[in-house]
Amino acid sequence: MSMIDALTGNECVAEAVRLCRPDIIAAYPITPQSVVVELLASMVADGKLGSKVVDVESEHSSMSVVKGAAMLGKRVFTATAGQGLAYMYEPYFSMSTMRFPMVMTLACREMISPGTVWCGLQDALSVRDAGWMQVFCENNQEILDMVIQGYRIAEDHGVLIPINVCYDGFYLSHQTERVELPEPSEVDAYLPPIDLPQYLDVNEPAIVDPNTVGSFLIRYREDHLACMQHAKSVIADANREFAARFGRDWGGLLGSYRMEDADYVLVTMGATTGAARVAVDIMRERGLRMGLLKLRFMRPFPDAELADMLRGRRACAVIDRSVSFGWDRGVLSVELAAACGAHGVELPVLSFIGGLGGLDLRTEYVVRAAEMLADAPAYLKDGAYWMNEDFLGEELGK
Amino acid sequence: MLEIRFHGRGGQGTVNAAQLLAKAVVAAGGYAQFIPAFGVERKGSPVFGYFRMDSGTIWPKTQVYEPDGVVILDDSLIRAVPVFEGLREGGFVVLNTALDVRELALPPQAGVCTLLDATDIARELIGAEIPNTVMLGALARTMPGVDADILAGLIRGKYGEKNERAFRAGFGSAQVLRLKEG
Repeated sequence: MSMIDALTGNECVAEAVRLCRPDIIAAYPITPQSVVVELLASMVADGKLGSKVVDVESEHSSMSVVKGAAMLGKRVFTATAGQGLAYMYEPYFSMSTMRFPMVMTLACREMISPGTVWCGLQDALSVRDAGWMQVFCENNQEILDMVIQGYRIAEDHGVLIPINVCYDGFYLSHQTERVELPEPSEVDAYLPPIDLPQYLDVNEPAIVDPNTVGSFLIRYREDHLACMQHAKSVIADANREFAARFGRDWGGLLGSYRMEDADYVLVTMGATTGAARVAVDIMRERGLRMGLLKLRFMRPFPDAELADMLRGRRACAVIDRSVSFGWDRGVLSVELAAACGAHGVELPVLSFIGGLGGLDLRTEYVVRAAEMLADAPAYLKDGAYWMNEDFLGEELGK
Repeated sequence: MLEIRFHGRGGQGTVNAAQLLAKAVVAAGGYAQFIPAFGVERKGSPVFGYFRMDSGTIWPKTQVYEPDGVVILDDSLIRAVPVFEGLREGGFVVLNTALDVRELALPPQAGVCTLLDATDIARELIGAEIPNTVMLGALARTMPGVDADILAGLIRGKYGEKNERAFRAGFGSAQVLRLKEG
């Protein structure tokens, strides 16, 4: 029987980690993630969680500590954001390419410069090609559920790839809302017992990860990419069984809303999705057949699934809380275009960028984007529309 | 959906108060959401927060621009921040002040106004000028759909009995003025 409470996104991470009982936790506090570290330390101090906590002086060390523990076949956890993730980049990349599964949550924030600690998905999306899986959450319940699902997906022996559970900083990390907390026994029944490869044994000294010639290295990459593709079916299975046990179906790789007969499609990630649901309802009331696709997994990228959902629609609009430097678009917009191209789907795509640096990605902005989408040919252009404070006032396109 | 915007100053317990309100609504079987907006996190600086309450899932994760009510924990904010901006026609204002309603420039659309000197009550009952629990009492008296006993229990659990008394004093002493018919 679940317990119902109102918790922040950060509290949901800590509660989910308590339920997953990692062996080792090493994390360094950084805004807007700090509460996760504080709560886990309190849980361990109060005897509510049996994990060993290693205090570290930096994010580079937090990832290095859990990497060492992972070599012993342990379940590990850490969390960070923004500049902390940047500082962690070196062991972050080798954690995934050594194929150590774990969950690391990211309370996503904008990257410096200019100086900022506020919301944006730029930190996580800038490392999307570092070999990790990445899932983006829409609300606090999804954060809690995906930490739990994350361990199951990452530790699957056909996957063995770490996963980032990503959520919008402040808008979710500091948001309090109603969530259902599963019982420990329910999570135990869903998560298989820890059964991970052990590479280090003090009684049998060995070298782990020596310099490797390209002829071997390229095979490691082939295997990593193949396992990332295999993860798609593992993600679908993990979602299906989670839905059966807990009654919440998040959709696996992609979520959707009112897509059955949709001519026009809004595409979002993370917390922005809520405003887009409202916008879809408003446009439906106006008689327009609009639907919503919520990109959940950025890695593995659901290219075929996304293309199939867009095939035959009249147009789509992508709303990004990030930029792709060098493209005049956000990251999701670029990825979506690649998926459509690879799978032969041609449709007009409008790109929008908003919500950077903690800016509110207002429902009114998404409704305006939806109105432009309904008249897409008039608004087609190469680059993105910027949802800055002039967005509602400007006479765009045409 | 009922939407409320909170205004306070760092150190007044604005965020904690709104989180307790959300917990009380959820404990009573409802749905609630609170999103604080932090600027610089320091004592005395203006703090904002956005509260929503409904009978089902609350999807938007956005700020509130057209609140059904505003809660202001410090009357000096009226001159510093556009606290009444976007207040809906007939909306409520819950204000911590020693001033009389005739001395205040309330916006024309305000339908209900609840005034109390929450800082004074807090000083007397909890020995500190932290008005948040007293203001929760005044708010619970003003807004619909809050179970005051559930909220009182949550306040006792988090802050102890003095604050529960402060909450009940706020609830009891708040002057709820109807500014318009209906």
